[in-house]
Amino acid sequence: MPYALTRGAAALVVVLLASVPARADHLYLSNEKDNTITVVDATSLAIVKTVAVGARPRGLLLSKDHKSLYICTSDADHIEELDLATLTVTRTLQSGPDPETFALSPDGKTLYVSNEDDNEVSVVDIAAGRIVDEIPTGVEPEGMAVSPDGKTIVNTSETTSMAHFIDAASHKMVASVLVGSRPRYAEFNKDGSLVWVSSEVGGTVSIIDTSQHKVVHTVNFAIPGVPSETIQAVGIALSEDGKWGFVALGPANRIAVVDAHSFAVEKYLLVGQRVWHMDFSFDGKTLYSANGVSNDMSVIDVAAMKVTKSVPVGHLPWGVVYGP
Amino acid sequence: MPFRRARSLLLMALLALAGAGPLVPRAARAQANPAPPRESVFDIVYLGLAQRPVAPASALGQPATDDGLAGARVALADDNTTGRFIGQGFALDAAIAPDEGGVLAALRDRLGKGARAFVTDLPPALLLKAADLPEARGATLIDATTSDDMLRAEGCRANVLHVLPSRAMRADALMQYLVVKNWRRVMLLAGSTPEDRAAAEAFRRAAKKFQIRIVADKTWTFNPAEQRADTGHFEVNTEVANITQGVDYDILIAADEEDNFADQLGYRATLARPVAGAAGLMPVAWSPVYDETGATQLQNRFFRSAHRVMTERDYGAWMAVRAFGEAVIRTSSTDPAIIGAYLRGPKFELAAFKGERLSFRPWDGQLRQPVLLVDPVSLVSISPQPGFLHQFFETDTLGVDQPESACHMH
Repeated sequence: MPYALTRGAAALVVVLLASVPARADHLYLSNEKDNTITVVDATSLAIVKTVAVGARPRGLLLSKDHKSLYICTSDADHIEELDLATLTVTRTLQSGPDPETFALSPDGKTLYVSNEDDNEVSVVDIAAGRIVDEIPTGVEPEGMAVSPDGKTIVNTSETTSMAHFIDAASHKMVASVLVGSRPRYAEFNKDGSLVWVSSEVGGTVSIIDTSQHKVVHTVNFAIPGVPSETIQAVGIALSEDGKWGFVALGPANRIAVVDAHSFAVEKYLLVGQRVWHMDFSFDGKTLYSANGVSNDMSVIDVAAMKVTKSVPVGHLPWGVVYGP
Repeated sequence: MPFRRARSLLLMALLALAGAGPLVPRAARAQANPAPPRESVFDIVYLGLAQRPVAPASALGQPATDDGLAGARVALADDNTTGRFIGQGFALDAAIAPDEGGVLAALRDRLGKGARAFVTDLPPALLLKAADLPEARGATLIDATTSDDMLRAEGCRANVLHVLPSRAMRADALMQYLVVKNWRRVMLLAGSTPEDRAAAEAFRRAAKKFQIRIVADKTWTFNPAEQRADTGHFEVNTEVANITQGVDYDILIAADEEDNFADQLGYRATLARPVAGAAGLMPVAWSPVYDETGATQLQNRFFRSAHRVMTERDYGAWMAVRAFGEAVIRTSSTDPAIIGAYLRGPKFELAAFKGERLSFRPWDGQLRQPVLLVDPVSLVSISPQPGFLHQFFETDTLGVDQPESACHMH
């Protein structure tokens, strides 16, 4: 299950998995410079296909039925839907200008899209393929997450440096929590009690209690020999068993492994250059990262906490999703 | 200044056209989504000396009348967007006077009314007079527009901070790049204004620091008024060929702070060599060509607001107003002493689209930051260059580090 990006309910996915035909799983990477999606066979790690898509693909999400991949094609100003059976783009959805990241409601019907250039979150009805509401938010909205119960949307705004909690029913802002500078990514833990928010320029992760809307812990990172200003927290992936948080540190070229209970940093895994986003395999045993500058994907053995392989992909890979 | 790629230009034009439309419904919706009531408003005064219109050497690059102030306005909107979530408002008071007496009177007036946060757009001598007013003791003046090294050294003041890179930082940024390229022989050509001489001195100091050899050090004396006359280009061409004759060098660096001659050097020298400094490859804090690390968002936001591209002065004013905003929001305070201490302290971080947090050097009040190396149409590099290391901040390889600082603040 793509924990990092779909946030679907685990039980539902198990049911769905049973219906997925017996074929090898794949990794889908968005290459923001090539305007392509690289499709990698998860077993052989060979590139199966490179699919041309709209301009500057970044955020990726697997549909709830696992039949499609939604792609934020930022410079094309829309979302594209890639059919995973045929590996062709079958339709486009409205997104508002410059969509970068998005989140899927647990029922799989709604996308919440951050419009970085427009200080808004667009609410997209997937079936209709169009925007049904726009929610004003802070300056340069970026990270998006939906709580496991689907009731709360979290949006981070980079220049405002806040995580905004939005009621999913009324689309009203409930709370805004100040975090480190330039927050990039938000991720709920499995029971929805906490949200992890990474701050790229601040170089920290803020752990926010969702009932009090308060930062209860700030995770700091320090790597010997690496200048502190290059430690820039971006992507977050939380393990299904609730034990670990993996935090991509951008130009520090490392992924931090954080104990999800004590919030202590256990280890730094050296990956490719400028690591952006990550996703787990369905069984949670393997983690994959998109490394923007070295144009590759790192493969991480979660149990051993070791990087086992790197796979060359397209230019400036940004997002990665594990899917069928 | 020439624009970015044609695509961006088109995008910006479209944005400008679209700009007026969505504003009204969005504002209406913002009201439907109620923000906490404003408990206080923090006043920021933009204190400026009205610009003397300068005829640029080229028909391009006519300076805008709101150069600087337009950046402050965008930052104010950014501060207020954040502030509305926590019940904190920000106001910008533009106090721009035509002369020195007017500026100092405006400053006294605003100080008398209780303002303590100032963004200054003043020449160095006037900035010092402003900072030294007895009433200004508890205020914070963020200098948004100068690069003067003296203001960061013996002329430093405890109530003044500087956001644009100093001349020393710019010169170091350029020299580091020359080291990487192994272009180690420089011809330096300086104009004759005091500012040009200060810039030339910064290049000499930086060359020595990075073991770059200045093989010729000359002064440009040709009258710039003749360049735009009919057939003036013949004379300029001859003059540049003459002054560069008989010297072999890798790159020609121009110290020309008022753009009197630097733009006229390229293609006219005796040897086919690139130009840097005030033209060609320029060390700057901001340029319309820069769109990395999220800068596109600020470029677009600025264009929508000001209907022109963002200059370095606009960026300086943007940083200054954002710095005040950041201090107020992070400390949840509008107390001038708390704001002033926070700005200078280790917790302050400014996200200013340079890919890392920026903070003020406590020893001279200078904002540490990477320096862009741009030509008129593209980003060439960003210094510090890889491999130039520092114990604490790699950006402190640019400019005057603590042990060498001549600033002794009291």
